[in-house]
This record gives sequence, structure tokens and C-alpha cells, in this order.
Amino acid sequence: MEVKQFKNGIWTKEINVRDFVFQNITPYHGTYQFLVGPSEKTKNLWEVCKVATKEERQRNGVRAVDTETISTVSAFEAGYIDKKNEVIVGLQTDELLKRAMKPFGGFKVVQKALQEQGVKPNDNLTELFSKYVKTHNDGVFDAYNAEIRKFRSLGFLTGLPDNYARGRIIGDYRRVALYGINALIEAKKKDLENINGPMTESVIRLREEVSSQIKALNEILELGAKYDLELGRPAENAQEAVQWTYMAYLAAVKEQDGAAMSLGNTSTFLDIYIENDLKAGIITEEEAQEYIDQFVMKLRMVRHLRMSAYDEIFAGDPTWVTEAIGGMFEDGRTKVTKTSFRFLNTLYNLGPSPEPNMTILWSQELPQNFKDYCAKVAIDTSSIQFENDNLMRAERGSDDYGIACCVSYQSLGKSIQFFGARTNLAKTLLLAVNGGRCENTGKVMVEGIEACDCEYLDFDKVMANFKIAMKEVARVYNDSMNIIHYMHDKYYYEKAQMALIDTNPSINIAYGIAGLSIVADSLSAIKYAKVKPVRNEEGLTVDFKIEGEFPKYGNDDDRVDTLAANAVADFNNELKQLPVYKNAEPTMSVLTITSNVSYGKKTGATPDGRASGVPFAPGANPMHGRDCNGAIASLNSVSKIDYKDSLDGISNTFSMVPKSLGSNEDDRIDNLATIIDGYFSRNAQHLNVNVLDREMLMDAMEHPEEYPQLTIRVSGYAVNFVRLTREQQLEVITRSFHESM
Amino acid sequence: MYCHNPDTIDTVGGKPYEIEELVDMVLKVKPYFGKKGGVTVSGGEPLLQSKALVPFFKRLKEEGIHTNIDTNGRILNSFTKSLLDDYADLVMLDIKHMTEAGYEALTGQRNMKTALTFAKHREDSEKAMWLRYVLIPGITNKPELLHALGEHFKDYKTIEKIELQPYHKLGIHKWEALGWDYELKDARENTKEELDAAVEILKGYFKEVKVN
Repeated sequence: MEVKQFKNGIWTKEINVRDFVFQNITPYHGTYQFLVGPSEKTKNLWEVCKVATKEERQRNGVRAVDTETISTVSAFEAGYIDKKNEVIVGLQTDELLKRAMKPFGGFKVVQKALQEQGVKPNDNLTELFSKYVKTHNDGVFDAYNAEIRKFRSLGFLTGLPDNYARGRIIGDYRRVALYGINALIEAKKKDLENINGPMTESVIRLREEVSSQIKALNEILELGAKYDLELGRPAENAQEAVQWTYMAYLAAVKEQDGAAMSLGNTSTFLDIYIENDLKAGIITEEEAQEYIDQFVMKLRMVRHLRMSAYDEIFAGDPTWVTEAIGGMFEDGRTKVTKTSFRFLNTLYNLGPSPEPNMTILWSQELPQNFKDYCAKVAIDTSSIQFENDNLMRAERGSDDYGIACCVSYQSLGKSIQFFGARTNLAKTLLLAVNGGRCENTGKVMVEGIEACDCEYLDFDKVMANFKIAMKEVARVYNDSMNIIHYMHDKYYYEKAQMALIDTNPSINIAYGIAGLSIVADSLSAIKYAKVKPVRNEEGLTVDFKIEGEFPKYGNDDDRVDTLAANAVADFNNELKQLPVYKNAEPTMSVLTITSNVSYGKKTGATPDGRASGVPFAPGANPMHGRDCNGAIASLNSVSKIDYKDSLDGISNTFSMVPKSLGSNEDDRIDNLATIIDGYFSRNAQHLNVNVLDREMLMDAMEHPEEYPQLTIRVSGYAVNFVRLTREQQLEVITRSFHESM
Repeated sequence: MYCHNPDTIDTVGGKPYEIEELVDMVLKVKPYFGKKGGVTVSGGEPLLQSKALVPFFKRLKEEGIHTNIDTNGRILNSFTKSLLDDYADLVMLDIKHMTEAGYEALTGQRNMKTALTFAKHREDSEKAMWLRYVLIPGITNKPELLHALGEHFKDYKTIEKIELQPYHKLGIHKWEALGWDYELKDARENTKEELDAAVEILKGYFKEVKVN
């Protein structure tokens, strides 16, 4: 059975999956016509999953939960959906959609999540974690000072991974298929032998980390044995390659429940094995598609135990199994293969779905047939997103990368990132007009900002104060991040994922901001109109009266778009001045997930005329309804934010009604592909595409049972629309739906 | 009688722009044109401004941008001719009706002949043209009219395709909003069979028949 016709290269001498793919890829330029539908086995299996997910929705979002076992890589016995139909096996627990406890991020969070389901953890565990075992959450709060607590509780810093796992790290899961666990253990042992004195803190830590990684690799071997898989050796055919890769990923989501647990860039890699087996006549196209359908089905069934408050920042129970598809090699060949198509085809074979979070690495040089197919999939399913491959390759240096979470570049197996949620930049701006005090509570957050009591806001004065506020908020933000990642490493180290990454990888720390459009429009109002603050008896702003017109972000007007771009650059520059744990490189994103709603709630009235409590626009989007010059003007505004100032990503979620793209399918495909080309040719970084009618969403709100798989892109990810809260659904509906170009 | 953008008919009002302002606006969206995109002037009737269109299109050609006129072809003056001969890469000519009486009943004007002369002029310029024809059941979809249309244009070499616009009622509310009488209220939308029949006839005369 063994088929080994791989071309050798660096990858045979060292662990280097990129080189293996580079040497052995078969780029595909053809159309999607070769694709086939789901097999009988796949259909049967998917029916079981559909029933299970329906039960899950009926049971308030949790179908089953285990209260006895701490989830580790090898803690659970083998679980199956329906064994006779499964060609790719493996579940997180011993039962489909049963969630497990991963208490090392924070035990109280696990208790709370279980309590919301009417159960509690095993008493022994409760005693263990309350008396003897320390968690990440415990560590962080031991170290937080009063200032950080204040910034956090008043909503200047929100969503920090201090009571849940940080996620974002992408193991190079392909390594298990290509090399087998035994070879990976040998390589790590060799690394460990070479990490020696002087035994400074960082050297000691690294030795401990690599030793943990070796233990994790042994655990993955055990996990494989439970499913009768010989993960110690390399995969020998396509089915094994898919299975081995999935087992590696499964190990990660058994051990960790990070907010985002991306998959990486597996489709191109797997295609090499599939091509081999197809050429050798060992498998048919039906079987090739079956492997991918079933792999994707498993990824759709990944679940973590969350408490309901978590839903405010990450709505719809997302897992961010982000798979990057397509892109180009630096030598000009495309990384598009038939398996890139096969992954997208699962959205037809199994129906639309938010997970895995399929992300097209888009380049103007991609094969036209692939571009057209991606556009078709986006129009048909609203389930995929696009990122600028030319831009990221040029700025970040690797052509073998995945997308961490929503929008963030991460070269595979070579680097990781420290996730840092985001700061509320709109509230930071309000510090500038309130003498450094929180607009809601009057608490002094930043010293040294003089109270402004003039009748109208003065642009230069506000800008000067804003810069002081940004500097201080950045400082506190950086302090909190250093504590969080120090403690996460210490108490909830991602040993299974780090085992699949080079020893001592490069790290970037992923800061973020929310409220960009509010800041831009507020500064524009102060500069181009007259803005009169209305203050309460304590002197805090409660409203702003605007006299005259001002340009608004989202209309391709440089006067305000420059203000947005500068705010991003300024805050990023402040962050870059600060010392970072493990010498990580500071990067920043403009991304909100769905927290734009909760950020809005915590933010008072702003000088752009937005009332207190109103949701922000998501990510780098213009504010709802203010981008009224058509779709292209809106895209142009966002494209002016310089990626160099926001290397962790600039998220733009874009909704169009189908007819704005053209009167028939061919025109719509053609126009969407052209729009994406145009947007990215302006060095924009990310685009979420929804092609939907607002009326359908309103109908889905009233009749959710009729739309179980309705998927919509929100901010760097997609959700099942019917799993959003009513408030979030309403917010999505009020967003701009472009009706003209 | 059935324009779906009646708000663009009025020749008074609108916002005046300098040619260079318009060119700047176009350049901002140029990256989104792709291989097929460009500038289409439409209306109302864009050739009412044919004098201003000449320098505008001239500038667009200098910038390497594809130019297109969406017209009913009822204005044929020296400026229009200059556009047809030199500056318009594509003309989309709307043929309202194939009898003078029918044309007048629909548009209130006797312009069929001008439109046909316009088409001939474009044909002589040897540059690309698309025909457009609104299909209204009982009014413009009669087989003899479609055959007349085909017969008239079948030897034209510049016609790349004919686009059928099935009549729809989406514009009615706009007429009502403008306080105008919508005289075609009783007309109905095409059935699939009617559309297929019209396409079948026209396929006998034209390289490509597209239903919008």
C-alpha cells in the first residue's frame, strides 16, 4: 500500500513542512467542475450531527457536559459519532457535543459555566482547585495592581484573557502527519540537550517548557492508541494524512480552550497525499472529498465549555477553527490545489457553517477560476472571508502562514502570538475631554490632563490631551498583558501545541483597539463642525451638541480618513515604546469580534453625536449608516489605514444586497472578485463578505427554526445567525447593507 | 412611461461638477474596474449633456478608462457624433419600439427614426454597440415587432449582443413619490414562457441574447 513519491529537500533533513509543500505541491488552475457531492457515509453522519446540534440548541446551547474529568490530551476514551460511517475519527470527549472541563485557565469560570447548566464539578476537583491547585486566573489576579483593576472594571480594557485561555497559538498540526510523533520527540529531545547554562530564568523556563512538550507528544501517542492509530510513524496515505493532522489538532482542543484555536493552512499540505493516492489509483475523487467532508464535519463539532457572560464578547459560541486557503508561494506559483476547492465544497456538501472559519489568502495573481469559485461561495453562503496575501507576505516575510483567530498572520511552526483583546479607544478619547476622568464614574484614570471648560471643543487641545490619554492607557494595557502572558505560560502552558512548533519561536504580542470609527468621526466633528459638550454637575460630558456639518469616515474623504489612520498609528507608536514579556514584538489590530456591542454599552455619549450606550461599528468599519457614498467609497476609507501600523490585522465586515452585485450569477461573481481585487490592490488587509438581504435576517429572527444553518460574517468570524442574542441580531441588522457600488 | 429612475428625468436641478472633479471621482474607484469595468453615463438621457461629455470622455480615454454611453439615441448632433466616432468605447442603445406609433405611445415622442439613424452612425464608426430592449407583455413583445427588430439589425457588424430588460414594477413607487401618473399601471410582468419565446425569436438574428 505504501506510496512514497515525495521529492526530497530540506524537509528530509530538518523539520520543515513548508519545504515539503514547496517541493511537492501540484498547483491547480482549473475550474470547480471536478468536485463531487457528499458520500452516503458522510450524509448519514451529518444527519446525526444535525440532530445533535438541534438538541444542543434546544438545551440552551449545551447538549451534554462532563463534570468528572479534567480534559487533557488523553483523558477521555475514544468517542464516535457513528463508527461504521466514520472514515476520520476522534472526538474531544467520549460523546458527540459533550463539553469538558479545562480548569487551568480559571476554576471559577468552569464552576460558573457548570452552574449555569444546573450541575457542579466533582467535589474532589472543587477541593483540589480551591485548596491546592493554582490556575492562570488565580495567578493573574495575584499580580494585578489597583490601576489595572480599575482600567479593567471601568471598561477601558475589555475582554482580556485573564479568566479564559488566551488561544491564538497555532500548532503546526501537519508535522504529525509528515514526520510522525516519534521523530518529533527525537527532535525535541535534541533541542533540550542543547539548552544549557548559565541557568538564567529564561533558560530554565525554556528547559521546563520543552520537557513539557515531550510529555505532550507522548500523550498524543496515547490518544492515537485509543483510536487504534499508529501516530508514532508518518502518515502513509491520504486518509492517514487527514487523520493524523486531525489528531494533532484534536489534542490541542482537548487540552486548551483558547478563544481562538486556528487550524493553520492544511488544505495545500493534504492535497499532496491526496494527489499521490489519486494518481496511484488507490482512491477516487469521491473518497478524497469524503476525507475532507468528514474532517471538516469533525471541526464543526468542536465545543468548549463557556459561561454565558463570555457570549457578550464572543457571540454565537465560536471556536475559530480558522483554516487559511490559497495564497501564493514567493516563487510566483499558486498554493491553490484541488483540495482548496474541496474544502470550500464542504459548504455545499454539508451546508453553510461558521466553522471552520475558512479564510481565503487572496492575491491578484490567484488563478481566475479559483477567484471566481471563492466569489461564488461567498455569494452563496456568506461563510468565508478574504485576506490580502500579497500584503502579508511582503510585510511579514513568510509564504507559509495561518490566520490566528480572525485576521492575524502567523507563520506556521515558526512563531506564535500572545493574544491581548483590546482597549476602548473611544473611551480613551473621552478622557481627553473630561480632564482624564472616566465619563461614567468620574474616577480619575489619567493624571495631567487639564479640565476643559470652554464652550466649544478645541481640536488642537483635544488632540494634545488625547495623546496624553493614549500614552497612559497604553502603559496600563501593556502592564496587564505582561502579567497575563507570564501567568498563562506558568499555569496553562500550551504544551501540545508548542510541541508542534519550533523550540523558542518568535512571538508577537497582539494588542487591539475598538471604537476607531467613533474616534475618527468625533475628531472630525470637533475639527470641521462646532461641538459643544453638555456636562453634568460633576463636569462630566453627558452629551455633545454639534453645529454644522463634518465629513464622516467611510465616504472616501481624506479629511476624516486621515484622522482614523493617524489615530491607529499614534496608539500603535505608544504601544511600541513599552517593554514586553519574552521580548515579544508589539503588534496591534483593529478588530472587535462582537464586543462592539458591549463596548458601546460601557461608553458614554461621544462627540460624533453617538448617544451613550449605542454599539460601536465592528472592527475598522465605518459607523452604521454613515458610509452613504456607496460600497467602494466605504472600502476606500478603510483601506487608508496602514497595515504597517496595525500588523495584527484590520478587520472590515462588508454587507451587500445581492442585486447590488449584478442581475445574474455570472455578473455577481465577476463583480465580487473584481471588488476584492480592487480593495486589496489598495493594500487593504481583510474583508468579510456578506451577500444577504436584510429582510431574510429579519425573517430569521422571527422564525429561527427555519434557518438552522444561516451563517453570517460578523467581525473576523462567522456565526450561526440564530445563535446570536436578540440584541446582537438587531445590531447586525442595523449595519450598512450596501445597495449600490 | 416606465423609466425605473424617474428622479433622473428632470433636466432642471442636479448638482454641477467640474470635469476634473468627475475624473478624480473616477480615479478613486479605478482599482475596482477589473478587466471589464469603466465609466457608463446614464440617465435620464445623458446625451442631453453631450457637449460636456466630449471633454469628459476625452480625459477618461487619456487615463485609460473604458467609456460607455447608455442612451435612447434620440439626440444626434455634432457632439454626439464626436462621442460615437472617437470617445465612446461602447454604446448601449435602447430601442423603445419598432413602430413610430408605438414609440410615440411609449415615450410621448416620435424619435424612432432618429434612434435608427443613431444606430447606423455607430455602425459606420465600426465600434462596439449593444442593443437594449424592454419587454412589456402585450406592448413590445409581439412576435412581429421582435422580427422587425431582428430584420433591421441583423446585418450590423458592431452589435455584440442584445439585452432584454423584462419589464418590472419596481419603479412605480418612485413615480408615485414624484406625484406623477404612472400610465403603465395595468401592464404586468413577463411570464417565463413569454421571455423564452422572445429570446428564441431574437436568437435567429443576434450573436448573443441576454436577459437582464
